[in-house]
Amino acid sequence: MSDAAMPGAALRKPWRSLRRQREAAGFGLWVFLGSEVMFFACALTGYAVYRTLWSEDFAAAARETNVVYGTLNTAILLTSSLTMAAAAEGARAGLRRLTLACLAATIAFGLAFLVVKGFEYREDIEKHLVPGPGFALEAAAAQVFFAFYWLLTGVHALHMSIGLGVTGTLLWQAWRRRRPLRSPAFEAAGLYWHFVDIVWIFLYPLLYLAGRS
Amino acid sequence: MSEALVQRDIPDAPAPGESYLTAETGLASWLLTTDHKRIALLYMAAITIFFFLGGAAAVAMRIELFTPQADLLSDDAYNRAFTFHGVVMVWFFLLPSIPNILGNFLLPLMIGAKDLAFPRLNLLSWYIFIIAGTLAIYTLLAGGVDTGWTFYTPLSTAFANGHVLAAAGAVFIAGFSTIATAVNFITTVHLLRAPGMRWFRLPLFVWAIYATSIVMVLATPVLAMVLLLIFAERAFDIPIFDPLRGGDPILFQHLFWFYSHPAVYIMVLPSFGVISELVACYARRRVFGYSFMVYAILWIALVGFLVWGHHMFVSGQSMLANLAFSFLSFVVAVPSAIKVFNWTATLYRGQIVFDAPMIYALGFIGLFTIGGLTGLFLASIPVDVHVTDTYFVVAHFHYIMVGGAVSALYGGLAFWWPKITGRLYPEGWARFGAVMMFFGFSFTFFPMFVMGFLGMPRRYHVYVPEFQVWHVLASAGAVVLAAAYLLPMGYFAWSLVWGRRAPANPWEATGLEWQTASPPPVENFVTPPVVTQAPYGYHPEDAGPPALDRAAHRPQGHQP
Amino acid sequence: MNPLTLWPVAASEQAARIDTLFAGLLVLSGAILLLVGGLLLAFGARYRRGSHVRRGELPGFLRRDVEIGWTAGTLFLALFLFWWASTLALRGNAAPPDALEIHVLAKQWMWKVRHPGGAREIDALHVPRGEAVRLVMTAQDVIHSFYVPAFRLKQDVLPGRFTEMWFRATRTGDYRLFCAEFCGTQHSHMGGMVTVMEPEDYTRWAAVQPREQDLAGEGAALFTALGCAGCHAPSAAVHAPRLEGLYGRSVPLADGSRVQADAAYLRDSILQPKRAVVAGYEPIMPSFEGVVDEADLQRLVAYIQSLGEAAR
Repeated sequence: MSDAAMPGAALRKPWRSLRRQREAAGFGLWVFLGSEVMFFACALTGYAVYRTLWSEDFAAAARETNVVYGTLNTAILLTSSLTMAAAAEGARAGLRRLTLACLAATIAFGLAFLVVKGFEYREDIEKHLVPGPGFALEAAAAQVFFAFYWLLTGVHALHMSIGLGVTGTLLWQAWRRRRPLRSPAFEAAGLYWHFVDIVWIFLYPLLYLAGRS
Repeated sequence: MSEALVQRDIPDAPAPGESYLTAETGLASWLLTTDHKRIALLYMAAITIFFFLGGAAAVAMRIELFTPQADLLSDDAYNRAFTFHGVVMVWFFLLPSIPNILGNFLLPLMIGAKDLAFPRLNLLSWYIFIIAGTLAIYTLLAGGVDTGWTFYTPLSTAFANGHVLAAAGAVFIAGFSTIATAVNFITTVHLLRAPGMRWFRLPLFVWAIYATSIVMVLATPVLAMVLLLIFAERAFDIPIFDPLRGGDPILFQHLFWFYSHPAVYIMVLPSFGVISELVACYARRRVFGYSFMVYAILWIALVGFLVWGHHMFVSGQSMLANLAFSFLSFVVAVPSAIKVFNWTATLYRGQIVFDAPMIYALGFIGLFTIGGLTGLFLASIPVDVHVTDTYFVVAHFHYIMVGGAVSALYGGLAFWWPKITGRLYPEGWARFGAVMMFFGFSFTFFPMFVMGFLGMPRRYHVYVPEFQVWHVLASAGAVVLAAAYLLPMGYFAWSLVWGRRAPANPWEATGLEWQTASPPPVENFVTPPVVTQAPYGYHPEDAGPPALDRAAHRPQGHQP
Repeated sequence: MNPLTLWPVAASEQAARIDTLFAGLLVLSGAILLLVGGLLLAFGARYRRGSHVRRGELPGFLRRDVEIGWTAGTLFLALFLFWWASTLALRGNAAPPDALEIHVLAKQWMWKVRHPGGAREIDALHVPRGEAVRLVMTAQDVIHSFYVPAFRLKQDVLPGRFTEMWFRATRTGDYRLFCAEFCGTQHSHMGGMVTVMEPEDYTRWAAVQPREQDLAGEGAALFTALGCAGCHAPSAAVHAPRLEGLYGRSVPLADGSRVQADAAYLRDSILQPKRAVVAGYEPIMPSFEGVVDEADLQRLVAYIQSLGEAAR
């Protein structure tokens, strides 16, 4: 293939070698993920402090979340990470159809996650689990728990949406052959997706399993 | 010396490859550029505007504080002025100034790269910065914020009546710009160093920017989350820090200072890098203890994350926590002291030239030493209990961030101005400005140590009359300081039109950035440089700088 | 205080100890500053470009020794200072068990103090000399900070929890009290005086204080909390009628009539301020109907009444 057909493989301005250029996307993303870790760590620290202060209230409040939706979403998300990993490996090996199929599956799982989340949010609102006047629970710090519940799941869902946007763009570009399969973007997008997945793996026990042992 | 480090025979001969300033013209060529050098200038323009805005707020405060009563500003207006001053100076001037102007311009040049690793991301961060800055200015025009730049809860979430959401939003958005720039810098340093540019051959400025970037990447997201929590609590009444509903306002302080103390190092570490370059060049010596300087930077960056609690000695945190944070604060003082000693020792047996950048650098060392030493007072719990939240603290952090970082910014700008613009500024005026900045600064801020120790609390709009004499001194000094800040803008602008053309290396400095034309070509280097030796090769490893004849070795471009 | 004094008055046991530490730090910092500054100047003069002095290179091992030497020296000094400061902090940490317990309530923008015998005061604190006094403090709204420079003591006062500090005053006299944590619009007005008295004077003083919080005092708090002070205080920028000496006076109204400023008039003016505007003022005051209840109105009126009496 010529350089014109493979813009991702062309040597761009600051770079002296293709290998370095490929390395950069992944490296930059790893550094950025360090930033993301601190972002969530800040909120999780807040959660930890309050859970230590108000352990019983937090347990009582956590029992009100819908563990069925939460578990379903965990399963969906873990599976989506599998398809995402397969897509990145497929792209590296140059297997176009596998890559396209796996990207599409990842997007489908991601959307399914958001749909389930939507149902869960609707149920939460109906059960008056939004902090503020008319809040359903008596326990003093239950509102604090749900403040973190809404904030963490909301921010996570926002990250999911960004991941969906990126994956969708890659799928479209790969499908229209605008982006060569050797582009480092597939692996980078995969990294980001797995990170969002890992965040959920922390949120699931903290928000759904707490108080249910 | 290798070919790459050898001085070109005729330094001011037109270099092949057109200058980045003239390669393209038109507004679009600037607003859509991905050239790190042009983006640095875009930052310079934006940051200068914010410096003026933040400075204007400071001027209003200093006029108001001339007398103990309220004459110029009402209490609300004064509170909004110091909040705006803090928010703008911290997030839109000090944090981005050296990294985004000098760092953006010099980092690729110093490591022999053509650009930063992600040139388009670099431009994007500028636009994000502009959006954030616009929101900050909107906040001011809409009526301002009266929480202080620290946004302490529950004042900010439930009681303040200013535009807290807009201000927090502006800072939040600016964080994306900071993180994007830092990711770009880190990737660049890791992957784009020229052949032979090993880690311990990096100039200290690159080390400083690298360490700063790491702190930016790890600290800024914490601020982002804290602001998000504040935003949620204020906008949607979701209880997070509200003490009436199980929240804890002290948790906010912990999270905020976990960001904001490292942020102090984000502001001052880059200036360490600048000063190392300046001192070595004008003393004509290798930096004393190069590797210790590197470890000191990394030590500060690391331990800087562990000392946030010293802002909270009187907040009601436990004595055990106070002791731990006090201990770590004393420990973090050591690397700063090492840097001061090493700069001083670099002068020993040098060939010192007192050009304007060197005067800024010497001023920096003096002011930073005072700022650092008063840090010891604040790390001592009993003394901190007395002077925290007073003008003593105000003086302390202005010595570090204004006496330190702003002196370094001006010194760095003077040093690299010929490289950036290809023009020489009038040296006499520059020296005058540098001396004036040192004295203006000292007259403004030294009285604040005294009144702080006497018990004058900060953020006071009216005050008891016994402090007036110190306030008058400070306000008078501020006039000199303001003039010292404006003067360089004048002669820099003058140089753009009437200044002599600068040769490639007017100061006979080492460093790859001086091996290319002034201003550099778009691709930075006509032939990709190769590095074969340690930085600061001002003299052979085993002998001092050669004895020079006074007249023959004036730096080139030096104006009589 | 002499305006040119460089050292604040020390009026507590802690202050004397902290001053010793402060002086020690000052001497030490001064020495380091002199060393660094002196070396900068000396090197600058001696090694200025072209001066005829030796400039050979030092041997590498010497440079390393110097470096390790001052790193270790600085670290040792830092640890020494930590030890000094921390032992001092620990020594003054726990209040003696027999300390006099005084409760402090902070609110925007005043200090309310309640003594063990029931005596109350606002923006003032009377304490006996030589006796340990423990302050138990909390805030009603935002974070404040109780700061007495002459005692070298400061403690943040938090909503939703109690914080404590203790001191033993050593000199009689009046000392400034400040709020040191920014707490909103009138932060800089939130202060008062701490009066240190001989123990027997304190006992006499406490005995004659009103036992209960009077209505006027509560009204004063409301007056600030509701933001009335923002316009009606003498220092306010807004053009609003002054309330000192108002009670019982005959007031000219904008429509030319006059009215007696009695309790009923004041009450109406708070609830429906636009009905009877005082001559020479704009009708800009917002209504407080629904904001204040009857008890609050009573307190506010009592406060304005007390202002009238004070002026007479």
